[in-house]
Amino acid sequence: MGISATMFARIPRRLPRLGPTPAAQRAISFTPSRRSDALFIHRDTPYNNPDIEFKFTPENLKKAQEVVARYPKQYAKAAVIPLLDLGQRQNKGWTSISVMNYIAKFLEMPPMRVYEVATFYTMFNREPIGTNFVQVCTTTPCMLRGSTDILNTTLEHLGGIKPGETTKDGKFTVIEVECQGACSNAPMLVVNDDYYEDLTPESTKKILDAFAKGEKPKPGPQSGRHTSENSAGLTSLTGKPYGPGEHCSPEFQ
Amino acid sequence: MLSSSRPTTTALRRLRGFATVADPPVRRYGGLKDQDRIFTNAYLRHDHGLKGAKSRGDWHRTKDILLKGDSWIIQQIKDSGLRGRGGAGFPSGLKWSFMNKPDWQKDKRPRYLVVNADEGEPGTCKDREILRGDPHKLVEGCLVAGRGMNANAAYIYIRGEFVQEANHLQQAINEAYKDGLLGPNACGSGYSFDVYVHRGAGAYICGEETALIESIEGKQGKPRLKPPFPADVGLFGCPTTVANVETVSVAPTICRRGASWFAGFGRERNQGTKLFCISGHVNNPCVVEEEMSIPLRELLEKHCGGIRGGWDNLLGIIPGGCSVPVLNQKQSGEVLMDYDSLKDAGSGLGTGAVIVMDKSTDIVAAIARFSDFYKHESCGQCTPCREGTTWMKNMMHRMVEGRGHRREIDMLLELTKQVEGRTICALGDAAAWPIQGLMRHFRPEVEARIDAFRAKHGAVGFGGHIASELDDNLAIPDNLGARLPIDAPAPPPTSV
Repeated sequence: MGISATMFARIPRRLPRLGPTPAAQRAISFTPSRRSDALFIHRDTPYNNPDIEFKFTPENLKKAQEVVARYPKQYAKAAVIPLLDLGQRQNKGWTSISVMNYIAKFLEMPPMRVYEVATFYTMFNREPIGTNFVQVCTTTPCMLRGSTDILNTTLEHLGGIKPGETTKDGKFTVIEVECQGACSNAPMLVVNDDYYEDLTPESTKKILDAFAKGEKPKPGPQSGRHTSENSAGLTSLTGKPYGPGEHCSPEFQ
Repeated sequence: MLSSSRPTTTALRRLRGFATVADPPVRRYGGLKDQDRIFTNAYLRHDHGLKGAKSRGDWHRTKDILLKGDSWIIQQIKDSGLRGRGGAGFPSGLKWSFMNKPDWQKDKRPRYLVVNADEGEPGTCKDREILRGDPHKLVEGCLVAGRGMNANAAYIYIRGEFVQEANHLQQAINEAYKDGLLGPNACGSGYSFDVYVHRGAGAYICGEETALIESIEGKQGKPRLKPPFPADVGLFGCPTTVANVETVSVAPTICRRGASWFAGFGRERNQGTKLFCISGHVNNPCVVEEEMSIPLRELLEKHCGGIRGGWDNLLGIIPGGCSVPVLNQKQSGEVLMDYDSLKDAGSGLGTGAVIVMDKSTDIVAAIARFSDFYKHESCGQCTPCREGTTWMKNMMHRMVEGRGHRREIDMLLELTKQVEGRTICALGDAAAWPIQGLMRHFRPEVEARIDAFRAKHGAVGFGGHIASELDDNLAIPDNLGARLPIDAPAPPPTSV
């Protein structure tokens, strides 16, 4: 390990161009870096290293113990996903290496098993995010209803950032996500925990402006409909719902 | 039933003058009345809490259902003809009965019901309405289904993004415990039952039953090989049954209103009511509960205000979420929304998620976006899926602009065939089917794009290499196809 590390360290990243050769000059090709959502590797940085301390607050500790109690005692590690979520919420919306280590200690499981989980599930952010985490759904049902416009509007409105980036003031992080399960209310975006549905570029801007001011606009459809009913008027469930025992078989009336 | 409405059969019937057998009257499906709808608070217009739920008939004499015993409950579900609403359509009564093998009492392991609320299939948003509008139907369903399979506890695996829904569900569970409906003496029946919520963290693959079990156990959501089936070795190594939210939620209502009531809807072997979620290019997308076997066209015109720009503006419909092949306009006008009719049409009911595309749609780009989705969501366990989804994605994105050779369409189809059926779970199949459906119905569109690109940029080889950009001074493999003439002999027609 030590030998190979020093050996490779000597090879420069890109070989220097050999002098110009006539006619068919052949460049040395390099494999492009693999494009993935995020690196699966952890590198110590000033803001993310195991020396930074992390601990559950007393109320989160209580919540964590409630969560662990839901699973059989010998399978306490089943709580790793809910606890990572809890840790992420406490740690300003991202899961640092310290959070993972703390959860591993808390559940008495090898840290690597926690890293495995934290890298597998997309809802764990392993890099810091802005105060408002904007997730724009761009999967086909949303795409058909114009989510590309919504994504572009969002990015432009936040100062021309790219998906995956955070604005300079640290208020917004925007990412593209896969289907969020609100397809009848497409296009939609999620800010932190809330769904904003039936969007138009105008209503998207309004929502972002409100968040920029520190307000929280009303979640749900922005077009005026209540949830996922027909927007032109109810086609079902128009009357008062039937009550207990109504229409039941004689023995259950 | 379907065929009797076709003109050819009608003509035949007129010819058959001396026939002694009378045709059965044609039954039309659809037109479900509000009194027969199970999810009466699907639109969240009423109280979702315990008080509201009780006023809508939930928890009504649940004790009596529980006291009827496991075999009665399972028989009711069998008689009702309920099939799994999560996509595969396996008969639910039969599945639940696998838990009660002879001598199951001798097995001292705990037994679990796991409810799959990891609704990630693009186009699907039906369980969400149950979870936030009628959470008590699900909680009561867990108890009834759990009694049927003699389970000790239920875990509801809800996708991590559904925060509001998880809160409503947790509230419902807390209320039920407080009211004595769950716990050591559930509903006063002497039966002990617990219900827990487990929130996921954003992985589509966790909707697969064994991946879901792995995920609850706190591991990466990677599907397990079957057998052993979950009914033998499931969650925490114990007998487990995984069922969809909708399947579980309808169980109490079926028991109360009678199996024959539920079986009275829809065609034979496709009985019941179903939540359909319609998205895409309809005038008013919505989620609606309708009778099974409702004609697709009627569903769209009655509940969604029809296709944007009229029926003639329709390009294609994906009738069951992104994992099933697309139907063209002609088929869309003929099919009934049930398992068998859609299977006959070469597609599937899936989750009942109807994605409508009108003529303004770039259909190739729409399907290519699904390939992106599958590439992103492949768990990486099986090589054909992990590598194949990436290949399919890359090829599909070239097809969007037409950068490729005509023969590559068949290569792509061959690739889908190599992925399909060669993986542990069905994600590989699901990634392959939309592409197969696209090529089945819209191959001329893809070919036209390839020709247009070729007309503009000259010959294109396999892998999108433009022939004029190749440097003949370099050693170029001769299997790139860059020198293949434009009117290369057509490959033999493939049947998909």
